[in-house]
Amino acid sequence: MKFLPIVWRNLLRRKFRTIFTMGAIFFAFLLFGVLMAIRSAFAMGVDMAGVSRLMVIDKVSIINPLPASYENQIRMIPGVTGVTHANWFGGYYQEPRNNFPTFAVDAETWLQVYPKEFEVPEDQKKAFLADRTGAVVGASTAKKYGWKVGDRIPIHGDIYQRPDGGPWEFTIDGIYDSKIKGADKTNLIFHYALLREVIPERSGFRDRYNWYVFTIDNPDRAPEVAAKIDAQFANSPSETKTNTEKAFVSDWAKQVGDIGKIMMGIVAMAMFTILLVSGNTMAQAIRERTNELAVLKTLGFSEGRILGMVLLESALIAIVGGGLGLVLSYTFITLGGDPTGGLLPAFYFPTPMILAGAGLVVALGLAAGLLPAWQASRLRIVDALRRN
Amino acid sequence: MLSQIIAVTGVNIRSIRERLGSSSVAVIGIAGVVLVFVAVLSIAEGVAATMKASGDPMTVMILRAGSTTEMTSGLAGDAVRLIQDAPGVARDGSGTPLISPELFVVVDHPLKRSGSPANVPLRGVGPEAFKVHDKMKIVQGRNFEFGRNEIIVGQAAARQFVDLTVGRTLKWGESTWTLVGIFEDGGAVSESELWCDVKVLQPAYRRGNSYQSVYAKLGAPDAFQQLKDSLTSNPQLTVTAMRASDYYGSQTEVLQMIIRVIGGIIAVLMGVGAIFGAVITMYTAVASRTREIATLRALGFGSFPVVVSVLVEASLLAIAGGIVGSAIAYVAFNGFETATMNFQSFSQIAFKFAVTPRLMGQALFYSLVMGLVGGMLPAIRAARLPVVTALREL
Repeated sequence: MKFLPIVWRNLLRRKFRTIFTMGAIFFAFLLFGVLMAIRSAFAMGVDMAGVSRLMVIDKVSIINPLPASYENQIRMIPGVTGVTHANWFGGYYQEPRNNFPTFAVDAETWLQVYPKEFEVPEDQKKAFLADRTGAVVGASTAKKYGWKVGDRIPIHGDIYQRPDGGPWEFTIDGIYDSKIKGADKTNLIFHYALLREVIPERSGFRDRYNWYVFTIDNPDRAPEVAAKIDAQFANSPSETKTNTEKAFVSDWAKQVGDIGKIMMGIVAMAMFTILLVSGNTMAQAIRERTNELAVLKTLGFSEGRILGMVLLESALIAIVGGGLGLVLSYTFITLGGDPTGGLLPAFYFPTPMILAGAGLVVALGLAAGLLPAWQASRLRIVDALRRN
Repeated sequence: MLSQIIAVTGVNIRSIRERLGSSSVAVIGIAGVVLVFVAVLSIAEGVAATMKASGDPMTVMILRAGSTTEMTSGLAGDAVRLIQDAPGVARDGSGTPLISPELFVVVDHPLKRSGSPANVPLRGVGPEAFKVHDKMKIVQGRNFEFGRNEIIVGQAAARQFVDLTVGRTLKWGESTWTLVGIFEDGGAVSESELWCDVKVLQPAYRRGNSYQSVYAKLGAPDAFQQLKDSLTSNPQLTVTAMRASDYYGSQTEVLQMIIRVIGGIIAVLMGVGAIFGAVITMYTAVASRTREIATLRALGFGSFPVVVSVLVEASLLAIAGGIVGSAIAYVAFNGFETATMNFQSFSQIAFKFAVTPRLMGQALFYSLVMGLVGGMLPAIRAARLPVVTALREL
């Protein structure tokens, strides 16, 4: 460490070049952070989806709702600890582009099945359960439209229309939040009972739910429980498909495409380019100083020490540039959030990826310095001194 | 002056060969940026092209009032009869209005790409549909017969999903279908769909005699307003009418916005990174030629020609990078077909990456800007070199 000042002076002698090399690395890691957030957004929270929560949907398509009678039958299966259901409502606020996931649910069981994902203060929860036209909305959506508890908000139904043709009116009884990183805080939930009123019985869609969610006591038994449920409803007009929430979310994400792979490809390409550019610059910086290094050797610096000093120099450039890039992208992603304004709720920088980024910074620094450092340490003093 | 510029630039360009290592670094860096830029935006172009092929301005789409997509719309059989009598609709030789009531549902079917289930749109149509969607034609097998559980598939869906070949039997829920043909529709979004007889589909999905959308062919290009007014002013109907071109234009707004926002962020960040890369590359080039530049200056060459020569070199390297990047993008991605989830229609839509000439032009312009910006600082530095000290360097 006592050679830090000399390494530092070496960095400062060509300030311009050092700053721009750091700048290039800075932008590479800024990009790294943003791409990792995009990747997690397209994985749609696969990492967060529960393995002890299972979903039941119609085997043909989620758009075919399942009979309400299934709820009790699912509850009877051994190992099942709680069941809830939801209907996709669609809908929008004021204009069609202001849309966010809205579900009609059984409020009490829903909040039991999602205690961590939908954290609602106790008094708000009580008010919601008692209010026929009440709704609970996620913190991000509430913030986006400036809604507060107690507001009455009109939501236009896309699938379900009110008999008078007007918008649905909900009272915001509660705002949910979640401490889980990257949790979806854009949803709006309201009581299925209210939706049921507008579904005519003869339509055949009353008392039918788009999906059930249930919890089990032991995640290892998920395949067994799922198989039991599907067997129970086999050969009925509404056959089911049961799987863990994680599996559904992952299938859903696969429908979007291999965005994750594309993002990794881009990162690899950006990294490769930066490594090339900064490696080339580093090599140039060392080559310029060939006879200085020879002088150091004459003074008795060992090969290992010179190798170390050159490596330290390139690692410093990488760490300052890359470190700032990672910090800034983290700040930008955490404070700025979803750049599309609600379309990618799981837009966050996952902790393992931050660590991977930090590892890459160091690896880049070492890799870029390795060849010139090795060449410098192998110099023969006489050749080097004569080279001028 | 001009002759000086030409002379210095000539020396510069001829000497690129000796600095091949660091010059190719700049070229590769910019090529990488351009490749990513073109690849990401060609997705958005491809989706837009599919939607453009889908929206015939002579076709009008009628949905329930308040619905924004076919998926969420619903129209009773009575409403369809009223729409048939509306003015402005084209009629065929026998006087039948060219009106196609359709039912649009989705079924789960595995994707070839991942093997995991995805939403395939399944559209039920009547005999009139083939007169309204007049570009459609069967390319393999035959059309389905009305009244039977037969199905035809768009050629894009046939490529994207598992086992959608002529002769296959497909089972969804209680109904079993035989796939009898593959169709094309001028690259429209319907090529991502399955089609069958609406009268067979209605009971299978418990839809009674209801439909979701009505496609109507206009009798004349200016008949749209007349048709729209008569439908929206009819107290027995609560519908909304729009040109199919407007409808399909709006259908992928969300998808295109996601791609463009993300593509924009990536392109800007990578672009700035590449400018930094270009700066250090050109800086290195200038540094390695310090003595040469100083000699030129000592011989009486002005500083402006030196600036120009560095900028020209930077632009040439950048354009070379731009050409390499967009050429790779064109070869690797143009026409590559894949499918993605369209959130608005809740189903898969197949599209081809479209590396259009306009996109390649943008990419070249973008790389030129990167080269010029990246070359500016090193150029000024070269011009400002104090001649005496520089001559003594190295």
